[in-house]
Amino acid sequence: MAVIRLQSNAEEGTGLSRLHQEVNQLFNLFSAGADPFFSRVYPAVNLTEEGDNIYVRAELPGVSPESLDISVVEGRLQIRGERKIVLEEQNASYHRRERESGIFRRTIALPTRVDPGKVSASMKNGVLTILLPKSEEAKPKKITVKTA
Amino acid sequence: MATKEMELKEKHEVKKTAGEGTRPGPVFVPAVDILENMNEIIILADMPGVESKNVDVDLRDNQLTIIGRIEPIEKEKEISLYKEFNWGDYFRQFTLSNVIDQSKITAKMDNGVLKLVLPKVEKAKPQKIKVVSSS
Repeated sequence: MAVIRLQSNAEEGTGLSRLHQEVNQLFNLFSAGADPFFSRVYPAVNLTEEGDNIYVRAELPGVSPESLDISVVEGRLQIRGERKIVLEEQNASYHRRERESGIFRRTIALPTRVDPGKVSASMKNGVLTILLPKSEEAKPKKITVKTA
Repeated sequence: MATKEMELKEKHEVKKTAGEGTRPGPVFVPAVDILENMNEIIILADMPGVESKNVDVDLRDNQLTIIGRIEPIEKEKEISLYKEFNWGDYFRQFTLSNVIDQSKITAKMDNGVLKLVLPKVEKAKPQKIKVVSSS
């Protein structure tokens, strides 16, 4: 099972790191769909929206759910983990080695406020899906106009 | 040994010259590891989103073909907000230099990784042929 760590107000970036975040957010904003600013950070993610939910998906083949650490901090989603490649055959020699291993950390600025308490994540066939329900204030509300 | 940070590599699409697919959508080249030991060849291929029932492995005349098909992962009602990669099928072909025992090939999908074990055929041992006289 993936571990979901909840933090609020834990690390409010200052100075350069804050600028960095803001620039990243701007990039994310403009790159929706067309993607002219490919992030170059593993793993690649797709963001979708359906009703009151936001979905974040990433292809993580061979990454065990136990090695994943997912947290939501102040409107940012962080995915951390490690991809290990175990050499099962000690006496084998490699002809090709294209699959990579290592650690990864990805932070994604979320387009709307989400309810950190209701975030869930699942792995299926090497695809990670994170479900982020929008927080109450981010949901559209109908305002009825009363006649005086 | 320090663990290195992973770099993002874009998915490579299969060149269209390899034969056009009948299904719409992109077809990607899965990253593979190929290992060989005394008795077998092992192929590991990254095919995230592919269920075991949607994997086709075909071997004929030393040509090994691996096909992985994905089923829609996003629901129809979902609206894309930000897209860094495309979903797609997988296709890859290899020419094997060893004779493989077709009946003993095993394939297993685990968390988006295909593990294919191809047992080599034992080389025909030299045998002495006795000549029997017909007297």
